[in-house]
Amino acid sequence: MASLSGPLADPSADAGYADGHPPRVGFFTDTSVCIGCKACEVACKEWNALPADGVGDHGAAGDVLGLTGMSYDNTGGLGASTYRHVAFVEQRVPARDSSPVDLGMPSAQLPGAVQPGAGREDATEVRWLMSSDVCKHCTHAACLDVCPTGALIRTEHGTVLVQEDICNGCGYCIPACPYGVIDQREGDGRAFKCTMCQDRLGAGLAPACATACPTESIQFGPLDELRERADARLAELHGRGVGEARLYGRDPDDGVGGDGAFFLLLDEPEVYGLPPDPVVTTRDLPSMWRHAAGAALAVAGVVAAAFLGGRR
Amino acid sequence: MSAPEHRTAAGTPRRRRGKGGGERLMVPEAEFTSYYGRPILKPPVWKVPDVPAYLYLGGLAGVSAPLAALADLTGWPGLRRLGRLAAAGGATVSVGFLVHDLGRPERFPHMLRVLKVTSPLSVGSWILAPFGALAGATAAAEVLGVAPRPARLSGLAAGALGPALTTYTAVLVADTAVPAWHEGFRELPFVFAGSALASGGGAGLLASGDVTPARRIAVAGAVLELASTAVLERRIGFAAKAYRTGRAGAVLTAARAGTVAGALGALASGFLRGRRGRALGAVSGLLLNAASAATRYGIFEAGMTSARDPEYTVRPQRERLEARREDPANGALAHTW
Repeated sequence: MASLSGPLADPSADAGYADGHPPRVGFFTDTSVCIGCKACEVACKEWNALPADGVGDHGAAGDVLGLTGMSYDNTGGLGASTYRHVAFVEQRVPARDSSPVDLGMPSAQLPGAVQPGAGREDATEVRWLMSSDVCKHCTHAACLDVCPTGALIRTEHGTVLVQEDICNGCGYCIPACPYGVIDQREGDGRAFKCTMCQDRLGAGLAPACATACPTESIQFGPLDELRERADARLAELHGRGVGEARLYGRDPDDGVGGDGAFFLLLDEPEVYGLPPDPVVTTRDLPSMWRHAAGAALAVAGVVAAAFLGGRR
Repeated sequence: MSAPEHRTAAGTPRRRRGKGGGERLMVPEAEFTSYYGRPILKPPVWKVPDVPAYLYLGGLAGVSAPLAALADLTGWPGLRRLGRLAAAGGATVSVGFLVHDLGRPERFPHMLRVLKVTSPLSVGSWILAPFGALAGATAAAEVLGVAPRPARLSGLAAGALGPALTTYTAVLVADTAVPAWHEGFRELPFVFAGSALASGGGAGLLASGDVTPARRIAVAGAVLELASTAVLERRIGFAAKAYRTGRAGAVLTAARAGTVAGALGALASGFLRGRRGRALGAVSGLLLNAASAATRYGIFEAGMTSARDPEYTVRPQRERLEARREDPANGALAHTW
């Protein structure tokens, strides 16, 4: 049986692909250069011919116009027809010390405005965080583990894919995902999520979102290479004094064995709607089966004992 | 435009879990942040009543089958007949609910396309399919009054599968990222086992003739269910809130009252003679079944609540991270099995 948790060098080999299969590919999404243009969302919709997500529980919860009131985010989150989602976070943060150069000109300010510098420690400014979320293509993917039909598979590229001709819409993968990625498409009944453009990978093309990204915030490539690039980028940002920069999903020792699609974030993961410490639920499955076996034995024991007691 | 942070004051007492009660550094209460209060998990798309009914009926059938098999072997014809009918009926209707809940019901046979031990639903399908066939055949022989010997064998085989049918459903819900379900993965199988015994034994109280074994099963099941639910709520930390508040909390409180009343009634019915004893037993049996169904629905709702509210996901994970940061050797990443 394939391993259920912990670091795993080659998920495709673990799934049974022979030597010589293509290298594991993934996304490195560097949110520090995301400009929130949503080109990835649009390119994904277009390439994969995805319908608009409805407004409601599982899509964006908005008004009649589909407006959520959540900054510039009217997508809401990933869903059965949204495989890329750009999050918009507006934060008021302590102002960086960049006192304006005094040009000796008369100036007007808003009443009560606090300018940085000049000994004012309480000055604030607005910071924008934009981040393009996507399926993480986990090393240990709970959706794949719990799928009862075998519709969810590990591909030769190390990604996780739903075979739409097999899925019977049981919905088990949906609460299994620790990131809330995969969902059931209304009116269709089957589960859908990012395919990492499986149909493009075979032809040697990069996924649509990475191709469309104008700032290279979304980088596609062999995972080993992306991890090196991400480490270098993190060191660069730390060197520039951006201490809050951190990698998310990069670590093969994390609860899902590392993500195939990982991120450089500028704040805690939950600020972007990501779980801070996700764990693949099947890590605990051997223990679950043991407890269920114990409970089943208790059932058998109680029924047997009830008859052994004889007649009153 | 609204600020994205939803910070709430730390209002819940910290609970510690894991082995050893020795002195440990207290970790400061983690601050809760989310993305516009949106859920992190996708709430299950499983429907009501389909899935709660499937959980309840699986338990009823899974206890009724071994009850009927042993009643057949040791000469309790009333219990044998009722147990066989309840096992077949429960299995058939629960399969009906399962199929109805699928997004593509016509693809139900895909459930038996592969056998995956990593998928509790796959394992469960492979338990339910032969169980349903065996229990159905046994019940058909019972109703038609034919082939008592083959019926005894098929009944025994169904009875052997029955206990697994009652507890795999606990693994089914626990093997998800839903906090209220996953955090209870050690206790839920015993809650489900107790609930199943209470309902199966309770159904037996409706049988004709002496129902003493069914009474014992019902009472033992009620005790097991109540005890393991109490342990569950004590041990799962922050997620326990989902079982205690809102609709789930109200339903589970009512279910507990029904279980207690049903068990006491079942006990008392053993001391009453004649029609009055039978009537009290029957009422108690029905009450235990209603309570068992309510327990499953309450647990289902608790899971839905904990999936919809990001705090259930973020807070325990954040605390786990902080604890690991303070003391890497104590990393709560590895559960104590």
